[in-house]
Amino acid sequence: MRYAAIEQWSRQQSVLHRRDARAKIGALLAFLIAVSTTAPASRIAFAGYALLLAAAIAAARLPFPALVRRAALVLPVAAGFALVLWFSDERARAVALLEKSFLSAVATLLLVATTPMPELLRALEILHLPRLLVLVIHFLYRYLFVISGQARRMRLAASSRGRLQFRSAAGALAVLFARSWERASGIYRAMLARGFSGQFPALAPPRWRAADAAFFIAAVLASVAVRVAL
Amino acid sequence: MPVIRVRGLRYRYPDGAQALDGVDFDLEPGECVAVLGANGSGKTTFVLHLNGLLEGEGSIEICGLGLKKQNLAQIRSKIGLVFQDSDEQLFMPTLLEDVAFGPMNLGMPREQAVARAQKALELVGMGALLHKAPYHLSSGEKRRAAIAGVLAMEPEILVLDEPTTSLDPPGQRELADLLRALPQAKLLVTHDVFFARALASRAVFFDRGRIAAEGTVEEIVARFNWTQR
Repeated sequence: MRYAAIEQWSRQQSVLHRRDARAKIGALLAFLIAVSTTAPASRIAFAGYALLLAAAIAAARLPFPALVRRAALVLPVAAGFALVLWFSDERARAVALLEKSFLSAVATLLLVATTPMPELLRALEILHLPRLLVLVIHFLYRYLFVISGQARRMRLAASSRGRLQFRSAAGALAVLFARSWERASGIYRAMLARGFSGQFPALAPPRWRAADAAFFIAAVLASVAVRVAL
Repeated sequence: MPVIRVRGLRYRYPDGAQALDGVDFDLEPGECVAVLGANGSGKTTFVLHLNGLLEGEGSIEICGLGLKKQNLAQIRSKIGLVFQDSDEQLFMPTLLEDVAFGPMNLGMPREQAVARAQKALELVGMGALLHKAPYHLSSGEKRRAAIAGVLAMEPEILVLDEPTTSLDPPGQRELADLLRALPQAKLLVTHDVFFARALASRAVFFDRGRIAAEGTVEEIVARFNWTQR
């Protein structure tokens, strides 16, 4: 089993990793609000946000280029909207849109890369995110490994019988879907066998420490400061 | 009184194939029975009926309880199914949570469920891996974790579908030792004659949805030439 990079990062140790997931979620929320309400023209503010994120990445001891590369995956999506703005002569807003998307992606990735998924989900649950939504995220995450494992095995099987062509790749996708569906029903069956009745039990609640409060306050203040002062 | 009592069980798949065609079967307390038979002879379909995951015609009693909707929760706590594919059985984010899943579903308070889960994990020799994610375990560890998940419910019957699949020989040996030490009545669905011989005192042979014969593992193996050589 190959581990996803983010999954691996989330289980490392650092000051940021040790913080309670709720503090990190709160900090992220404050950051996202600050970024999204910043005026498009305030160049320095965006630099300020980038600096904050860089400091956080350093504190989390995560590989800078790898993280930024992954966050850049949102750019093609944002670029579509940015292009529309650009051609309707809103150049400053187009550039700001790209900057905001990218900064938000890095920040969100930072949360996921410093918080193991179980902790994150538990925190979301405590913060009263609807249980159904938490379950959906949980299963999405769980099945991600199932489906990527399935896809890898199929690719190995295909490439050991020759090169994978585009057409057969499309067919393979259909098979992958069918197999993932089967696998999903298998998992559901196993859940029923252990008495599942639609309610997901949660174990030990996380502990909120003074350091978590300090981190949360500092992070919110930093975001607000950049938003207001720069 | 038998812990499993099945009479005249019939099941037809939605596509019309007759998967089970009149199965009669008893399992006594503490007994270990091997279920042998060709691929597609109805072994797994049979097992899925025992806790109501499939519904066919005929009667099934588990520990004296008739298999009915209102008994389902109780029956599922008495009969522990360990599935062929452990990846399907382990779905919670950490091992401890996964094993505690069953007891929590029984409505047990958190501390008690965790204590039971820890006990079950220690029993299968995985007490040190409580906070690992199940998808990062080896095949042998996954199998043992899946068994722990079922043991934590303290069932009276264990049903294992192809338990030796994807286990290396030492893993198979450890599994046999573990199962031998467990007091529950056991039903082993397997192609592994060696494994069946090591554990089961009796065997039944499935053929086209019926139990074609029963006897000791040796007798069944000899009668159906059920060996690799």
